[in-house]
Amino acid sequence: MADLRLLEAEPSAEERVAIDVVLGAPEHLNGHRVSRSDRTRRHLLLPALRAAQQRVGWVSEGALGYASRRLEVPPAEAYGVASFYALLALEERPADVTHVCTDLSCRLAGATVPHGARPSPCLGLCERAPASYRTVAGLEPFELQLPETAPPLPQAGEPSLRLLRRIGAGVDPESLDAYIAAGGFEALRRARELGAESVVREVAESRLLGRGGAAFPTGTKWEAVAAQPAQPHYVVCNADESEPGTFKDRMLMEGDPFALVEAMAIAGFATGSSKGFLYVRAEYPLAHRRLQNAITASRELLDGFEIELRIGAGAYVCGEETALFQSIEGYRGEPRNKPPFPVEVGLFGKPTAVNNVETLFNVLEVLRDGEAETRLFCVSGCVEKPGLYELPFGVTLRELLELSGARPPKAVLLGGAAGAFVGPAQLDLELTHEATRAAGLTLGSGVVIVYDEDADLVGALLRIAEFFRDESCGQCVPCRVGTVRQEEALHRLAAGKPHEDELQTLAELAQVMRDASICGLGQTAANAVASAIVNLGVFAA
Amino acid sequence: MSQTVTIAAPKRMVELTVDGETVRVLDGSTILDACRQLGVETPTLCYGDTLTPVNVCRVCVVELEGARTLVPSCSRKAEGGMVVHTDSERVRTSRRLVLELLGSSVDLSLAPDALAYIEEYDAKPERFGPDAATVAQDVKIDNDLYVRDYSKCILCYKCVSACGTDHQNTFAIAVAGRGFGAHISTELDVTLPDSACVYCGNCIAVCPTGALMSKAEYDRREAGTWDEAGEEVVTTVCPYCGVGCNLELHVQDGDVVNVTSPHDHDVTSGNLCVKGRFGFQFVQNRKRRR
Repeated sequence: MADLRLLEAEPSAEERVAIDVVLGAPEHLNGHRVSRSDRTRRHLLLPALRAAQQRVGWVSEGALGYASRRLEVPPAEAYGVASFYALLALEERPADVTHVCTDLSCRLAGATVPHGARPSPCLGLCERAPASYRTVAGLEPFELQLPETAPPLPQAGEPSLRLLRRIGAGVDPESLDAYIAAGGFEALRRARELGAESVVREVAESRLLGRGGAAFPTGTKWEAVAAQPAQPHYVVCNADESEPGTFKDRMLMEGDPFALVEAMAIAGFATGSSKGFLYVRAEYPLAHRRLQNAITASRELLDGFEIELRIGAGAYVCGEETALFQSIEGYRGEPRNKPPFPVEVGLFGKPTAVNNVETLFNVLEVLRDGEAETRLFCVSGCVEKPGLYELPFGVTLRELLELSGARPPKAVLLGGAAGAFVGPAQLDLELTHEATRAAGLTLGSGVVIVYDEDADLVGALLRIAEFFRDESCGQCVPCRVGTVRQEEALHRLAAGKPHEDELQTLAELAQVMRDASICGLGQTAANAVASAIVNLGVFAA
Repeated sequence: MSQTVTIAAPKRMVELTVDGETVRVLDGSTILDACRQLGVETPTLCYGDTLTPVNVCRVCVVELEGARTLVPSCSRKAEGGMVVHTDSERVRTSRRLVLELLGSSVDLSLAPDALAYIEEYDAKPERFGPDAATVAQDVKIDNDLYVRDYSKCILCYKCVSACGTDHQNTFAIAVAGRGFGAHISTELDVTLPDSACVYCGNCIAVCPTGALMSKAEYDRREAGTWDEAGEEVVTTVCPYCGVGCNLELHVQDGDVVNVTSPHDHDVTSGNLCVKGRFGFQFVQNRKRRR
């Protein structure tokens, strides 16, 4: 690509330094010549753009041009990538920006967007709603999740806790010694004693199902990756937690970061991978700091397994595993068609085990006593004690609501924006994969948002429709246009001015988005709306 | 010096069932290939015979027994034992609604295939009401060779593939933005003369909706002198260099209005360079012609 036409605008000195910190000093002073190896470094495009924005507050033409020159990415493609992410600004704006969550739980808590602030999709701070996220660019950039303090873990210190037992229990999340003193790295030691095949077998026998939403058997996934002849293998931890109402992975990462490092190392050992990528959404700065600290401090203990922290830039769809690969590789976060599945053709086209944070935490429990019998629930909305709850499978929704001091619900959103609403008649639902599936529901990412009698359900539906319209990557027609048509129909219904049979239109949109969209985003974008119409009779004549 | 010559293993055949009929195709073929082999009509918009499938338009979806969702026939590889239905109610509903979504958001007036499918599937794009959001916008006319009317763009990615690794390797355009705002763009939306564009026009050659069009055609359409019915196609070989690209001169009223190359031509696969595509003025030099 020697004759590639490049953007000629020059970066400012600040932008150049910020990008060079990520990419290393250029071999030639003007940065126009790239070495052969630079051509394989496209995966550093997003980190470079993020660095420039953290320095000056936005991605200028000069910064975009410099990053694309350094990495030999065609400028049109670099622009396509930069304009994909909601948190990257392509127009100059103040260095200090507040992003105010206007999503489901924060709406219930009365969120308003002050003048000068920007509305944001769910920030994963639902237990302390209304919440916001402040980014300040500069020589020493910083990011802040607000309010800074959260209510204590509702079950802190209870002996029944497994995944959460170290959180809020006096184990310093920034200290390797504290983690080891609390039993840390014993699972990794046991894994090495057992050998890779036995680890995979134990995980398979535990029947651990993925906790990211799709509930795929972890053992099956690991077995498939381990068996692939193509090399190298990769482990990817999907910590792009962005499902509205979900904050469990953030609390695990903030409160027990070493455990995630240990679990990723076990996944690497079991699947024959020597490299892991940990992809965390941008809005979790405390988790970034603590994870990076844990990765650095644990390096000696990982037997050569390397973990690289990657940070998103505001795109829900990057939680879809193949979109996440695209994002890491420096492309737009557009999901790939499956098959082939990631276990065969994943990150950089290689066999890849992708696991959610909570799933990996369960692996530690499986290696401890063979069991993965608890599930995390993110409870928020009209409840007295919002927060993260860890319960054995089989507890009913009613019991969980009682535990969290929920006001009598008119509706409960189960599984997030991609989940479904249940009505008061369904509260005896057992919170298991089997029972929810039988009822046509999903545990999803463990979201439980409670709507009491006074809550604005129609407003919630409009917000969910807006969320999917905003977050659609735009690649396939059913999702790109379908999410727009769904939102338009809901607005007409809410205004009492339907056009033809809107409910029929919505039902058909739901069927076709589910049937014909490329990825899980489009396939689930109508779930909550459809469930509110069917289960709750919203908009019933 | 001895040289190792690798010979690929002979390809296997796989056998599958499409609409109740058994069909054998070469391993590596797609479901669409199998459909076409059987003569089963399957609509496609983003599929191009010379391009890597991107499976984004979703009009070619079919029902595959055992699959949770419908699958895109253009990219899904045929496997032995597959049972495929292309004309079930589920398939027809998806195809029809996808066409309605496109028809309600994009100007399809110059997209003959899409219009034919809309009729065939009895799609009613107007069902979403008069206020349905569209991608309507001004035509981009920033050079003398071709115009870009993204009001007509269905975002099939064909132009991006042709400009990029599938054909031209110029990378002047890419998809930018996200969701309904996703669009084909140069870097920072600069004009074509400021971009990497080399005016090969290979994007025009693959555009299925008339969103990309030569300036010659655009001007005639605007002036009301476009006469597709009276068009004559003359085949010749490009005179510029020694490659030998086959040309199809599209002639209306004695003037060359467009130049294309056959997709099945070994040398071009339908592609040309700026000279072959647009360098035809000398043919029309009246003085010379006398």
